[in-house]
Amino acid sequence: MGDAANGVAAEAERFAIGISFGNSSSSIARISPEGKAEVIANEEGDRQIPSILSYIDGEEYHGTQAKAQLIRNSSNTVAYFRDYLGKDFKSIDPTPCHQSAHPQQSDSTVAFTIRDTESETLNTVTVSEITTRHLRRLKQSATDYLGKEVNAAVITVPTNFTDAQREALIASAKAAGIEVLQLIAEPVAAVMAYDARPEATVTDKLVVVADLGGTRSDVAVIACRGGIYTILATAHDYELGGASLDQVIIDHFAKEFMKKHKTDPREDPRGLAKLKHEGEGTRKALSLSANAQLSVESLVDGIDYGSTVNRTRFELLSGKVFAQFTGLIEQVVKKAELDVLDIDEVIFSGGASHTPKIAQLTANIFPEKTTILAPSTSNSAINPSELSARGAAFQASLVQEFDREDIEQSIHPMVTVTPHLSKAIGVEFISNTESTFQPLLNAETALPARRIAQYTAPKEGGDVLVRVCEGAREIKVTKPEPKSKEEKAADEEDSDFDSDEEEEEDIREIVWKTEKPVAELAVKGVKAGGKVEIMIHVNPDLGLQIAVREVGGSTAVRGAINGSA
Amino acid sequence: MASVQVVNVPLPSLPSGWSADKDFKPIGALSAATQRNIEPVGPHFLAHARRKRHARTFSEDERIQAQQNVKKTEEEEDDDISEDEDPVMLTRDAKDWKAQDHYAVLGLTKYRWRATPEQIKRAHRKKVLRHHPDKKAAMGQRDENDNFFKCIQKATELLLDPVRRRQFDSVDEAADVEPPSKKDLQKGNFYKLWGPVFKAEGRFSIKQPVPQLGNEDSTQEEVETFYNFWYNFDSWRTFEYLDEDIPDDGEGRDQKRHTEKKNANARRKRKSEDIARLRELVDECLALDERIKKFRQQARAGKDAKRKAKEDEAKRLAEEKERAKVEEEQRKKEAEETAKAEREKNKKSKEAAKNAAKKNKRVLKGSVKDVNYFADGEASAAQVDSVLTDVDLVMAKIDTDELAALAERLTIAGKDSGAVKAAWAAESKRLVDAGKLKDGDVKTFA
Repeated sequence: MGDAANGVAAEAERFAIGISFGNSSSSIARISPEGKAEVIANEEGDRQIPSILSYIDGEEYHGTQAKAQLIRNSSNTVAYFRDYLGKDFKSIDPTPCHQSAHPQQSDSTVAFTIRDTESETLNTVTVSEITTRHLRRLKQSATDYLGKEVNAAVITVPTNFTDAQREALIASAKAAGIEVLQLIAEPVAAVMAYDARPEATVTDKLVVVADLGGTRSDVAVIACRGGIYTILATAHDYELGGASLDQVIIDHFAKEFMKKHKTDPREDPRGLAKLKHEGEGTRKALSLSANAQLSVESLVDGIDYGSTVNRTRFELLSGKVFAQFTGLIEQVVKKAELDVLDIDEVIFSGGASHTPKIAQLTANIFPEKTTILAPSTSNSAINPSELSARGAAFQASLVQEFDREDIEQSIHPMVTVTPHLSKAIGVEFISNTESTFQPLLNAETALPARRIAQYTAPKEGGDVLVRVCEGAREIKVTKPEPKSKEEKAADEEDSDFDSDEEEEEDIREIVWKTEKPVAELAVKGVKAGGKVEIMIHVNPDLGLQIAVREVGGSTAVRGAINGSA
Repeated sequence: MASVQVVNVPLPSLPSGWSADKDFKPIGALSAATQRNIEPVGPHFLAHARRKRHARTFSEDERIQAQQNVKKTEEEEDDDISEDEDPVMLTRDAKDWKAQDHYAVLGLTKYRWRATPEQIKRAHRKKVLRHHPDKKAAMGQRDENDNFFKCIQKATELLLDPVRRRQFDSVDEAADVEPPSKKDLQKGNFYKLWGPVFKAEGRFSIKQPVPQLGNEDSTQEEVETFYNFWYNFDSWRTFEYLDEDIPDDGEGRDQKRHTEKKNANARRKRKSEDIARLRELVDECLALDERIKKFRQQARAGKDAKRKAKEDEAKRLAEEKERAKVEEEQRKKEAEETAKAEREKNKKSKEAAKNAAKKNKRVLKGSVKDVNYFADGEASAAQVDSVLTDVDLVMAKIDTDELAALAERLTIAGKDSGAVKAAWAAESKRLVDAGKLKDGDVKTFA
């Protein structure tokens, strides 16, 4: 895309941002002229803007202001509506909306009955209209901040967003005056937010993106091969999220309150709303400090309530919820038919990822070489709440100049559906009797692909054999000391966080094995201490072109293998 | 894209006895691939999409992209300021800054009034890097001459001040384009020769954008807009730059005021001269503009066509009138002729009637005479007279038709006295009945 001929933007006035449109909160970001992604704060200074709209006497409140209305004005406050967009009433889960305006059926879509004008009459507002209003506010915030009319955006959506949902979102955005350049998957946006950093290098890696949101959690395994991303597996939990952790806090304080006052604040809707509101703040505070307090005025029956909780206590209480998070991550790795050893990176995204314990527990699952990108485990981690918005902004900066048609053609299945290598391709080294395999193209590499590598020649130089093979990785389990065999078998499955007891763990490592030789090439007369460069090019039809030459040498040995299909 | 992995593992040496054609031995094929959806995001995906859509290979794509990148950097260098410096200019005295060409000093002669402040800043920086006195000292030039550096500073200071830049642009003769001479015009293209003139003049316009001269295919509207614009030209051109320096040494207020007055007058004069000059220029251009003639011809052709149509119409109307008149006359004539014929016919018939009446009267008179005036034997004079009186009376009272009928009846009656008398009696009776005669008027036929 973007040749000299047609790369010139059709609409010169296009000014695009990245929007992360979440069920509980949204973020807007753009790429600054210096090339850095920055998340834009709205007029209240929030970078995570709650996806909530509230109405009092025809006045519209948005974001944090609207969130505060959940206590006093819950019936006119619309929250958690993103997942209802483009769905019919039968297929939605209205649970998150128990404490706000309730979703209702309206024709084939979902609507909310709220009083959004000054008159006393109630209006039925469809979820599309609510989305439009929400996006309009986001657009306004971005426009105010940037001082230039924002009219286009890349918006992130969950990986399981259906076509109907996508269409509804695009239509709503259009009504809000935003041209949707592209909808991109949230986990991919998170990976890209990291890869777009100037210090990042293009490497082949397998990444688990754990997007732990406010009301739902999505985990995906993504293969990054030469900068191209392929989602290998996804897992979703619609009940697990920050709200589950809030519930732990709520229950904890409610019990404490009941000990003193014999009434359950959770029975009273307003008391519950207040507790939820403050409890969320307490939970977030616990992610940063070891202690956090909670104080609610007139929680129930006019009683003011205040208490503190420390992090250890919270972590103890939330053990089960944490196990669910880690379980979800393990589940998705298994679903991708991979082993935890294969995973090079775990990226934590979403608000609940700030919780330190989740990252720590996840780190325990994975081997040490796996990078865990969460604020509590890595200093270089980007704020998890900002990841998808940053990724979207990066993509927006890439496609902003493109023609509409150019974008559409590029995201067409004709282009995106590509064959992927099922086995790794590499070079086999035979020294004496032992043979080792060095992968050059990893499995799940999108084709066509090309890799170049340099290998050292034997010290004394001379003629060299290059044996190109397909390889497979195997997991070698070695036992440090022969113990009971059953235990080890069980151990492979659950290396969970609570297996802290002193236990001899198996040493598990990845071993590459040559499976099928593909070709052999010879480089003759390599100088002593010289290097040999190998270039492998794989066509979409599995045809191969291999070229081997000595670095600095002029002649190359070339060969091609015809593709099968 | 194609980053090189370096693997520090020694490759095995070639086993003895290994040989293959061209040192390449294919052994097997790859395992079947899995079809997966790649995520359409990121720069590498865009590169992939570009390759796939244009069916390019890696190396082709790299080459094309590289070419594009090269082009871009070249353009950037292009607009960087790298003009040769006139050695004469380098020896200028900074005190004489008013006479210097500030754009030439900064190497912006290609851009002049089009140069953006950004370009001026960059040009300044580039020049400073080269001409800073410290640089010269470092290069071993011992002359402490920083005159040209001062020129650069002066030029930048002036050009970055929008008001002073306008003043300089107003009198920047190097940016003017002389109107083409008649000789040039005979040879060259009118539009190519005049276009740049107006483009250059257009820089003084307060109203932007300035309409362009266009070409021979411009519509009448465009051409009219163009000339209207230039005849109502609103210029920001000022001539302060050419002011005589006002002595500020306090030599005397009078002197200062005198100079100020002189300057103001000179500016006014120059301004009006400029307006007149521009007017003349536009007049000249307009006079030579083929399009005006073309439009006039077109207009005339249109008018002629209209007039012709009008005339034709008038002619047609006149002809119609003429024809109507002729027809009318014809009709009149015919009518007259018929009337005349009628009249003659009437006359004839009247005469015939007259003759017939005469004849009938004769018959009437003869009838009584034939029957001997109803007298047996010789009729007495009185008898004859009374009968004839009665006959005359009846004859006077009846019209020609009745006369004819009576005459017929009398002819039939012949010489029969009784019959004649009866006929007469019947006639007179009819007349009495009709009230034309009084009973008793006619006595002889009773």
